[in-house]
Amino acid sequence: MSAHDHSKCRSLLGSLADYVDGTLNEEVCEEVERHIAECQDCHIVVDTLRKTISLYHRSAAEAGEVPGDVRERLFHTLNLADYIKH
Amino acid sequence: MIQNKIELSVEALRGGDREEFSRLVDAYSGPIYRLALKMLGSATDAEDVLQNTFLKAFQHLKDFEGRSSLSTWLYRIASNEALMLLRKQRPEIPFSDAVPEDDENSDYTPAKFTDWCCLPEEEFLSSESQAALDHAVRRLPEILRIVFVLRDIEGLSIQETGQALDLSETAVKTRLLRARLRLREDLSKYYGDRLDKRSKK
Repeated sequence: MSAHDHSKCRSLLGSLADYVDGTLNEEVCEEVERHIAECQDCHIVVDTLRKTISLYHRSAAEAGEVPGDVRERLFHTLNLADYIKH
Repeated sequence: MIQNKIELSVEALRGGDREEFSRLVDAYSGPIYRLALKMLGSATDAEDVLQNTFLKAFQHLKDFEGRSSLSTWLYRIASNEALMLLRKQRPEIPFSDAVPEDDENSDYTPAKFTDWCCLPEEEFLSSESQAALDHAVRRLPEILRIVFVLRDIEGLSIQETGQALDLSETAVKTRLLRARLRLREDLSKYYGDRLDKRSKK
């Protein structure tokens, strides 16, 4: 880690999920922003954490539907064969 | 994420209307199947969870009281099914020991400080990258994995995730942060290596 007082890094770690979700209260949010402006390592953690979450959001949005054969077996198992359309 | 919310009649569902139930299955089978795949990593296991979830849903719909939404109720059944199957597969690891309950006393802190956000977009779109994302999720302890999948992949709110898993909102937030930090650490290794490879080219 870079040469500055890192005592705050750990205490702010607990606020990170709320911070990246934008649900942190204003006061703590400002504190986090002040800190990451001067702490390169925490800045990287926040940026890569945001990127991590966005990559998973994107992969979820791209995921397709249930494969046709899986859907068909599901409908048969549930005695819903009469309603297989598509 | 449930993309297209359709109007379903809870009354008809509770009354055993099969056509309405088939609409419910089509509306939610995609998200449930994906949840199961992310949790179990096997198409066969995911199909078992999918089938059992809707079999149980059909059996218990008459008892659905509407304390949560229908989708949260289904996610709750699916989460239990997925966790039960994992427990059956690995009975030697008790879930309570799989991860510390209290994040406050955990010794977990970030260890990797490579900024890989600047990688070109194509790096994040490759099938290798997708495999790294999936692999990282499967490395999470089950009780962190289920929270992450519900919240960050299926897009449930903190409150809905808590309802689905019988957890307080504080517990959901704690586990979510641990899951996200672990994933960040894993992905930092993968994408950090990609950065190195590119710089050596």
